[in-house]
Amino acid sequence: MSAPEQTFESVPARELALISGEVVLDEIAGARAPWSAIVRAGDVLTIVDLYGNQAVDTLFYGADNPVVRYSAQTTIAAQRNIFLTVGTVLRDSDGQPMLTIVADEVGNHDTVGGACSQESNTLRYGHHTKHQHACVENFIREGARWGLGKADIVSNINFFMNVPVDADGTLGIVDGLSAPGRRLAVRAEIDTLVLVSNCPQINNPCNGFDPTPVRMIVTRPSEGSR
Amino acid sequence: MNVVTPSAAGTATTAGARTHARSQAGIITDSMPVIPASRWPHPPLGVSAAQLTWAETVPGGRYASKVLARGTRLRLRDIDGSACAHLMLWRADAPWERLNVADTVKVPWQAYMSTGHPLLSDQGRVLATLVADTSRHHDAFCGTTTVAGNAAKYGAGSVESATPAGRELLIMSALKHGLTPRDVPPTVSFFHGVKVNADGGLESTGTAGADTSVELLLHLPVVVALANTAHPLDPAATYSTTAVEVLAWQADGDLDELRATIDATDPEYQRAFGNTEDAWNAAHPSLESEVAR
Repeated sequence: MSAPEQTFESVPARELALISGEVVLDEIAGARAPWSAIVRAGDVLTIVDLYGNQAVDTLFYGADNPVVRYSAQTTIAAQRNIFLTVGTVLRDSDGQPMLTIVADEVGNHDTVGGACSQESNTLRYGHHTKHQHACVENFIREGARWGLGKADIVSNINFFMNVPVDADGTLGIVDGLSAPGRRLAVRAEIDTLVLVSNCPQINNPCNGFDPTPVRMIVTRPSEGSR
Repeated sequence: MNVVTPSAAGTATTAGARTHARSQAGIITDSMPVIPASRWPHPPLGVSAAQLTWAETVPGGRYASKVLARGTRLRLRDIDGSACAHLMLWRADAPWERLNVADTVKVPWQAYMSTGHPLLSDQGRVLATLVADTSRHHDAFCGTTTVAGNAAKYGAGSVESATPAGRELLIMSALKHGLTPRDVPPTVSFFHGVKVNADGGLESTGTAGADTSVELLLHLPVVVALANTAHPLDPAATYSTTAVEVLAWQADGDLDELRATIDATDPEYQRAFGNTEDAWNAAHPSLESEVAR
């Protein structure tokens, strides 16, 4: 899919933000690239799937203490559901709230499938994919800028990625439910480091076979509206 | 608690204290390791006692860990039907390589682990294959319990409590192997099943009852950490985790057997097996030549 001429890249951030407030950050996470930023407690991160069906692999860490990190397992065990959507509390390894999904225009997001890596690509698609750039590369390189190491990379969230589980346990990444301009917003409950790999995968439908940029907008709701 | 006065115990002097301490050994309980493992009274069928490398009974609320060699077969048995073995694997000779639960379900296209299922590392290799399973009640979704979760459910979750959280127990194992809490990622659970409904909802399917077991064949040297504590979705309001029996033995022929029948396995598994052999052989060329002979 090539980018249409009029895109959500040019819409003013204040119009795209799902939760209104002062715009404190408005950046593009480039196609196939890592991205990171600290979102302060109370601020809201809106992720805009600019061109549709772009998996946004995401991990969260306590900005003040990276031992506090997102846990897919405590998150889904606490809500007793594998899908993430409005109301989902994203929890750390000790089950404590880190962020809350406050708006979602897609319906469900994955946290079971993890990130692609060069190594797992060889299992999934064959050894000819070994030298394709992958999410784990983005995570460890971008994480290193914040003092994180490989040990800090755990099962992540795949915003805008669709992973159903059949009755017999068969699971897999299937065509996405998102579309150009669809958005999701998370409110930070603690100061949070957001670590993103804008997924470069081209061997399955998680990016519509065409990795594209996404937009990251952070708003700070006025005191009265928090 | 019984208060033993110094005079009654005879521990007023170093000699008396030493005698008292030494007199305690030899007690047999149902919650202990057997050393050497070859003294375990009931080896699995077809396994000689001399082959055993680990024999231990881990009671509910406790944990155990061990470095095990490539080619080890590890059997976990739910003795009384209310065990839950939360398992973590690190590669012993390179502990930055470890169990990756997401790849473990994604790569085989299967969330429900049973016979034939690989436990994959984050480096596209098989740390272990589930080679036998009479329980079929396992979980790769929910992970283990937390202090806060157990405190809310049972009143306490710390290691010294009667209802310790699995994450705390796995961290204890990690620390004892020179690792840190950062090294404890998502884990898998045996003997307590969870199923996913069509809407994504998770439901406990409980255990399969007493005397069920799983067997894991290790493809690389690993640090095995096991926390035996109630599953996060355990519907029981009270904590009632029962013991896990742990037996391990050297079974090198089993890897050869897997290699001989590899064509019958899934293509993803074949490549994972191949990647693992490749890494092992590259680091141990002399050992490989012996295998080839």
